[in-house]
Amino acid sequence: MSDKSHDPNQMTGAAMIVRALIDHGVTDIFGYPGGAVLPIYDEIFQQSEVQHILVRHEQGAGHAAEGYARSTGKPGVALVTSGPGATNMVTPLTDALMDSIPLVCISGQVPTHLIGNDAFQECDTVGITRPCTKHNWLVRDVNDLAKVLHEAFYVATTGRPGPVLVDVPKDVQFATGTYHPPRKSDVHRSYAPRVKGDATQIRKAVSLLAGAKRPVIYSGGGVINSGPEATKLLRELVEVTGFPITSTLMGLGAYPASGKNWLGMLGMHGTYEANMTMHDCDVMLCVGARFDDRITGRVDAFSPNSKKIHIDIDPSSINKNIRVDVPIIGDCGNILGDILQVFKAEAKKPDIKTWWQQIAQWRARNSLYYKKSNDVILPQHAIQSLFELTRGKDTYITTEVGQHQMWAAQFYGFEEPHRWMTSGGLGTMGYGLPAAIGVQVAHPDSLVIDIAGDASVQMTMQEMSTAVQYELPIKIFILNNQYMGMVRQWQQLLHGNRLSHSYSEALPDFVKLAEAYGGVGLQVTKPADLEGAIKEMISVKRPVLFDCRVAALENCFPMIPSGKAHNEMLLPEQANDEATAKAFAGGKALV
Amino acid sequence: MNQPASAYFIEERHDPNETHTLAVLVQNEPGVLARVIGLFSGRGYNIESLTVSETEAQKHLSRITIVTTGTPMVIQQIKHQLDRMIPVYQVVDMTQTKRSIERELAMVKVRGQGEHRVEALRLADAFRARVIDATTESFVFEITGNTDKINQFIDLMRPLGLVEVSRTGVAAIGRGPEGM
Ligand SMILES: Cc1ncc(C[n+]2csc(CCOP(=O)(O)OP(=O)(O)O)c2C)c(N)n1
Ligand SMILES: [Mg+2]
Repeated sequence: MSDKSHDPNQMTGAAMIVRALIDHGVTDIFGYPGGAVLPIYDEIFQQSEVQHILVRHEQGAGHAAEGYARSTGKPGVALVTSGPGATNMVTPLTDALMDSIPLVCISGQVPTHLIGNDAFQECDTVGITRPCTKHNWLVRDVNDLAKVLHEAFYVATTGRPGPVLVDVPKDVQFATGTYHPPRKSDVHRSYAPRVKGDATQIRKAVSLLAGAKRPVIYSGGGVINSGPEATKLLRELVEVTGFPITSTLMGLGAYPASGKNWLGMLGMHGTYEANMTMHDCDVMLCVGARFDDRITGRVDAFSPNSKKIHIDIDPSSINKNIRVDVPIIGDCGNILGDILQVFKAEAKKPDIKTWWQQIAQWRARNSLYYKKSNDVILPQHAIQSLFELTRGKDTYITTEVGQHQMWAAQFYGFEEPHRWMTSGGLGTMGYGLPAAIGVQVAHPDSLVIDIAGDASVQMTMQEMSTAVQYELPIKIFILNNQYMGMVRQWQQLLHGNRLSHSYSEALPDFVKLAEAYGGVGLQVTKPADLEGAIKEMISVKRPVLFDCRVAALENCFPMIPSGKAHNEMLLPEQANDEATAKAFAGGKALV
Repeated sequence: MNQPASAYFIEERHDPNETHTLAVLVQNEPGVLARVIGLFSGRGYNIESLTVSETEAQKHLSRITIVTTGTPMVIQQIKHQLDRMIPVYQVVDMTQTKRSIERELAMVKVRGQGEHRVEALRLADAFRARVIDATTESFVFEITGNTDKINQFIDLMRPLGLVEVSRTGVAAIGRGPEGM
């Protein structure tokens, strides 16, 4: 044998994968075995630095990795086998791409000589995942593996974060080659995301901000992705300027909900004051958000009289939906720092007293109003109680998708970033339960709650088994309205109240289901029992399915009807049949 | 405007379309062309012409020339979307620089006899097209030029017995001493 056999960097591809995970500081991964990844599982078995969490479906691994990533700021890692293992990852990869979540997925592939032969469990993984990853690689030579793995971590976590996938054929996992630790030359020379903002643009932005009479700051998930410094600077900017601030669904927690300049979330189900402030402002500072269609409403009527400043690390976000006046490309934290510095040196706090008076009037409309009842639990009330009873605790919230998600965003106050995990861009039902598992793995002693819907939660319910196996005391708080409430709401508003397939027929008994999994089931039907039951849920140190029976027909308001502008919101007290019909009668009249 | 009831804000855009030629310098690695084409189909952009070939073998660089149409906002998006792909080094809008030369090569097969045949030859001469294959009843012409010139030549050949055309797509390069 050559003396290469004594070289500690000589190892199999499978060993390289585990070694690279360790070199990148990965301590937990989520996965599911299969033929094409057995060599990697064999390596995992023989070490203890990387803990592997066995899920029950690969989609669960992907969302768990997303929850892990969003609650820590570190990349999430998933490991899946070829064919069905890889195709089951398509949803979480797409979800992570839409929400800019750093995810590294390693997939097994059939041996290189079989690729293209329709071999057992073969699929074109890089082809299938090309449009749903930031980048992906098929590694054909074990000597390229170390470089590709290091580049994968780099690409996932830098610039606009996102999911990446490395597809590794089984023969490459078995083959022996040379490993090297991460180094700069591992990365494509063509990949160099811009961090620092242009100084002239920053000056232009400051002069707009300093001269503003009706300003607003609109922040998004980019601030949270940028890291704790960006959050700190955003808060400081609000303090120094005295400006009102709103945020997208993804950006909740960057500015505290208890902060005095907080307007609440904006967009389709945002508050009246946030949307009116956006509509009537004269200067808008958009930080790390992307003018998504749930935010803008009708594009040609979006904030018609404002000068818009847009900070984003991704140049393709600029002028995509809304034309802006001062684009600044770079990292939010970095640019916010520069803006603050220039502002403090050269500008003074603009007098916007009359603007705040106007905002106070909008706020007085109380757009999140709902009528409490003594007989039936209102979903809004359930979230408010949950919030009150978990306040001050070390709590993380995930959600599924639907009305419950919007109510969670409206009624749960987030004080810190990384505490709120929700599928925003893709709107993936089934995200919240596995995401909660990922969060709990990263924060074993924290209180992790999935605010769920009765329909969504059934999409990835099998991960209860994962939670029980690893003793992850996640709390699944189901707002059970026995409907796909959000679908029903649209059918009521837009499809003549024809409730086509939106009733949750044959719901399982969630209490028995929890017990069947080895968890704890709780059910509450009366408002009077709600508090006690929530307290019990919090005190139980095991996975809980909490069946919170809520008013079945409650709808989510306020709401910007489709095709309408921010100043044409439908408020809860107006949402009687007639007003609703009128509000939605922009296009095809309601039947 | 009557809108269908929808969860989306459906809007029509009225900005006029423009045609742009983009030169894209990429790392020549497996899948890179699929990435570029997938971007266009996935986001609904047009491809009028696409040419690709390795241009610097040592550095594994390929140059992709794409002719596309869209509103100015869409063209801007296309450039940014291309630029953010990992293996893409550089995207240059050859139309915007206004100092670029575009060429395309076509091979045009024409079949005919008598007066048609003579006329085809005469026009080929006027367009500086070369005869690269001939039989007693056919010609294959090779013609180089910008897209308009080639379209015009093909239109003229149609009544004279046009059989088929093979075109390379557009290649573009900037004038003057500087590279891209
Ligand atoms: C995977 C997936 N399929 C379909 C949808 C469309 N969809 C959005 S909300 C919703 C209903 C959700 O019902 P439930 O989980 O009970 O929440 P609720 O709205 O009742 O609070 C559906 C079907 C989706 N977002 N994701
Ligand atoms: Mg429901």
